[in-house]
Amino acid sequence: MTNTIETQTRPSLSTQQLEVSIGPQHPSTHGVFRMNVVLDGETIVKLKPVMGYLHRNHEQLAENMSWLGSMPYTDRLDYFCSMTNNIAYALAVEKLMGIDVPERAQYIRVIMAELTRLVNHTALVGFLLNDLGAFFTPVLYAFREREKILDLFESVAGSRMMCNYMRFGGVKLDLPDGFVDCAKAIVDNYPPFLEEMERLLTKNEILMARCQNVGILLKDLAVNASVTGPVLRASGVNYDIRKIDKYGIYDRFDFKVPLGTVGDVYDRYYVRILEMRESLKILRQAFKELSAGPVISQKGLIAAKSPRNMKVPAGDAYGRIEAPKGELGFYIVSEGGTKPYRYHVRAPSFINLTILEDMCLGHKVADAIIILGSIDIVLGEVDR
Amino acid sequence: MIQLEEVKAELEKSLGVQTELSGSGLLVPKSRLLDVFKFLKENAKYQMDYISNLCAVDYLKQSQIEIVYHLYSMRNKTGPIGIKVRTDRQDCIVPSATPLFRGAEFQEREAFDLYGVKFEGHTDLRRILMWDGFEGFPMRKDYVHEDEDRYVEHP
Repeated sequence: MTNTIETQTRPSLSTQQLEVSIGPQHPSTHGVFRMNVVLDGETIVKLKPVMGYLHRNHEQLAENMSWLGSMPYTDRLDYFCSMTNNIAYALAVEKLMGIDVPERAQYIRVIMAELTRLVNHTALVGFLLNDLGAFFTPVLYAFREREKILDLFESVAGSRMMCNYMRFGGVKLDLPDGFVDCAKAIVDNYPPFLEEMERLLTKNEILMARCQNVGILLKDLAVNASVTGPVLRASGVNYDIRKIDKYGIYDRFDFKVPLGTVGDVYDRYYVRILEMRESLKILRQAFKELSAGPVISQKGLIAAKSPRNMKVPAGDAYGRIEAPKGELGFYIVSEGGTKPYRYHVRAPSFINLTILEDMCLGHKVADAIIILGSIDIVLGEVDR
Repeated sequence: MIQLEEVKAELEKSLGVQTELSGSGLLVPKSRLLDVFKFLKENAKYQMDYISNLCAVDYLKQSQIEIVYHLYSMRNKTGPIGIKVRTDRQDCIVPSATPLFRGAEFQEREAFDLYGVKFEGHTDLRRILMWDGFEGFPMRKDYVHEDEDRYVEHP
């Protein structure tokens, strides 16, 4: 009797593909960013990023104001790293104007850039853990350290996040009294914090199970898709503009470029931890070598005092730096006037998103969330 | 450091492409753009396998739009060099670099969105930053801003 039931042919259950829109208002998308996903069960078969919710035509705003006028606007690109945005823009304009930056200002720029890298990577590790489900405890620890550095930024620039500190040919103001001592104390206290963080995370079984072999990005594809920053280095490509271009005075510092081997989410997490340790090395060296002197060149000072009369010789230049999120470039064209003729931002997190679909295909929805988290996007920069 | 003159001479010798120096880059004729990219990417001496930046510039006076590419070699660690191509403002079509460099995908979509440059051979050329129903190309120098006081009935 039972045999007859078993041999009966039944129509197999067909599954229907499901289209889901993740975001734009969703805590896991780190801002107003949408992923249109097609799911088979819980597996991703297609993913299209949708962006532009924060688009304010930053480039056109800059083309309609003086050269220095758009410096505060660059703060709002990647609002976690306003200092490095300032440096990148200043670098491009300095290239076109041919003005020098005094020694002390160069060191101040390096100090600010590396402190920014610490801020960014620390916060990112916290947020990545948030995406993994460790709700806000790691972020709390990360933000505790971040706040200390933001206090330093406030003491030099008057603002915690929107620093607007760099000028063409130098920086706005000299460091306040006691800055170096405070910064040294923070740098000295950073390794214990990193060790504490690592003790909780690096060998954590859940973190390893969730992150290892997820969202693998192979070397060749990463290069072909113009991925930059820690994401590219986690795939094992040695590309750090601080080493390649040696912009500013980065050739004087002794640091290494950490590389990953697999190119998965775990590598991207670990590369950032190692990068923070290298940043601390650079900072210690910079504090040692920081000498007295002017913080802005004469030509830069004149430009900073009367920005509306500042003219830039005709021509075009592409200035790029290694921002915490990747290669941040400014392409500017001048026609010799007081405004940029063309001002283009090569935003690292915008271009790193090109490859998001390839990394997510075949993974579950929960993995897509951490893959997006590991790319480290900021929507102010993606949408511009 | 790669000298642009050297690249110019090499392109003339190997491909027979006449280029000219223009600002910080080399101006390449539109019809030979992809040949130049292929040559720079596959030639053992250059191996420019990475596109660092792509953007459009609107030259209203000359009635032309220029696309600027910055190429870099990950293998040789040389570059970036600027490659420029010019196209007419009205009939704004440029061959797409996306089949060669995946990294151009979003950047070309951005240039299409803001400047109206049509990239031939791009498989997914849609607006990326502006919304789908938007008309016009806001980064063009002759773009007229819409009247903010105008009442627009939304569906």
